[in-house]
Amino acid sequence: MRRFLVPLIAMLIFVMLWEWLVWFNEWPNYKMASPSDLGPAFWKYRILFFSFGWDTLWRTVVGLLLSIFFGVFLGMIMGFSKIIQEGLYPLLIGFNAIPKATIVPILALIFVGQHDFNTVLIAFLISFFPIAVSVSIGLSTLEPEYRDILRALGASKFTIFWKIALPKTLPEFFGALKVAVTLAFIGTNLMEIVSPHGRGLGALFDSGKTNSDYPLMFAVLIALAILGILLYYMVVFLERTFAGWADQLSR
Amino acid sequence: MIEFDGVYHKFSTKTSELQVLKNLSFYVPKSGFSAIIGPSGCGKSTVTKLVAGLIKPYNGRVLLNGEMVQTPRSNIGMAFQNPVLLEWRNILQNVMLPLEIVKNNLTDLQKKERARELLNLVGLIEYENNRPSELSGGMRQRASLCRSLIHQPEVLILDEPFGALDAFTREDLWLTMSRLRETGSFTCLIITHDIREAIFLADEVIVLSGRPATNQFSIKTEKENNDNLDQLYTPHSTKLLNILREQIKLARKNEMVER
Ligand SMILES: Nc1ncnc2c1ncn2[C@@H]1O[C@H](COP(=O)(O)OP(=O)(O)OP(=O)(O)O)[C@@H](O)[C@H]1O
Ligand SMILES: [Mg+2]
Repeated sequence: MRRFLVPLIAMLIFVMLWEWLVWFNEWPNYKMASPSDLGPAFWKYRILFFSFGWDTLWRTVVGLLLSIFFGVFLGMIMGFSKIIQEGLYPLLIGFNAIPKATIVPILALIFVGQHDFNTVLIAFLISFFPIAVSVSIGLSTLEPEYRDILRALGASKFTIFWKIALPKTLPEFFGALKVAVTLAFIGTNLMEIVSPHGRGLGALFDSGKTNSDYPLMFAVLIALAILGILLYYMVVFLERTFAGWADQLSR
Repeated sequence: MIEFDGVYHKFSTKTSELQVLKNLSFYVPKSGFSAIIGPSGCGKSTVTKLVAGLIKPYNGRVLLNGEMVQTPRSNIGMAFQNPVLLEWRNILQNVMLPLEIVKNNLTDLQKKERARELLNLVGLIEYENNRPSELSGGMRQRASLCRSLIHQPEVLILDEPFGALDAFTREDLWLTMSRLRETGSFTCLIITHDIREAIFLADEVIVLSGRPATNQFSIKTEKENNDNLDQLYTPHSTKLLNILREQIKLARKNEMVER
């Protein structure tokens, strides 16, 4: 009971303060929205919220899936081969050092009009790095004895990876995935905001901006928060399912 | 049976070559039990990796049942100081792991039966559903022993398996080990730092010199029975203990002179 009540009350107080601030300063709608304006904004654009919210969600998820496949693959070859690791690491670090916000307009220009492709691409580019690093570190720090118990029986490299190395790196992998999902979400939104005539919640936000429609902009922020939480808990759920054993270990 | 015939081995690093084994020869007969002791870092673990086929000798021959060891083969069981149990599996599943690698015609039920038999033998039958982290160090090592025996290997290689355990737990495990030996039929090579462990478990104790390791000394233990710890305190055992201690001292002294 208390677990729900305390956050609920805190939220109510926050919303009331916000409402009061706008009322007290007599800010008009084109300056700042109050919570009571959000309901009407949501209602007015309800169809757009659903269809654009779906766009943002699936683009993020597809980008994330791509970065899981690519990141795991990259981490795998780096974890298994020292030479590949030495060759790729500086490249990866260099790539990761570029603030991704600067890549967004470049991609938006190169693939102008291809909104889905653009957005998925940036979500992927921005989020594969932590996954690749975590998998490669997990594999290269695997104690040799773990490998030897299966290798001594004549197990193939793939069997060792599948039965031991992969499950053993799952906790680190999910730690990285939590970072990656947040990054992918940022990537998706940046691209949607920048692309002209696009779809997605970012585009809705941008149209709110051009029209100085603060209630709409704030409503989008709230919708994004909800989506972000949803995505994060999707990862948490997967983590509990596949790497729950590590949870017990740390307790 | 395990045979080393004039085995040389060296590790090459970027800057230098390290000679580890030098003309090492020994022989463990079928169903025999030999212990190898020697100074730290002399190359004992290297010997186990050669037997397992994880590495190849630089020169000389390593033979199992008269056949040259070229690659890993499934008739070997291994256990190390670190029990390396997989935390995402329970104890029963951990013990059954080798049966997922080694070809066999067993049904699931038969696999479980076999695993439970072993777990029963080492006193872990009540823990088959527990996670490794819920067990004590000694219990984990027992589980690791079961895993090394589940596929009924002809050769068992133990690399300081009880090295991380306290003295009482270790003695318990010596007794467990002799029980396992009575029920199974395997040729065993154990690496150890504990001379009394070597005397209690093995039929023959081989002392290696400092690096590069070669045969320095070996002695048959010639005990009557193996079912209690009292036999470690007989005059015969005390004599063995003193002889082996002198040999270890000698090995370490030579090593210091060489460096
Ligand atoms: N893969 C390797 N590459 C290079 N050198 C190695 C390698 N493995 C072992 N060595 C070196 O070979 C020597 C013998 O190693 P080994 O592990 O066989 O010793 P050991 O007798 O088992 O030591 P300990 O008693 O400490 O377990 C050591 O000096 C070690 O540093
Ligand atoms: Mg060793």
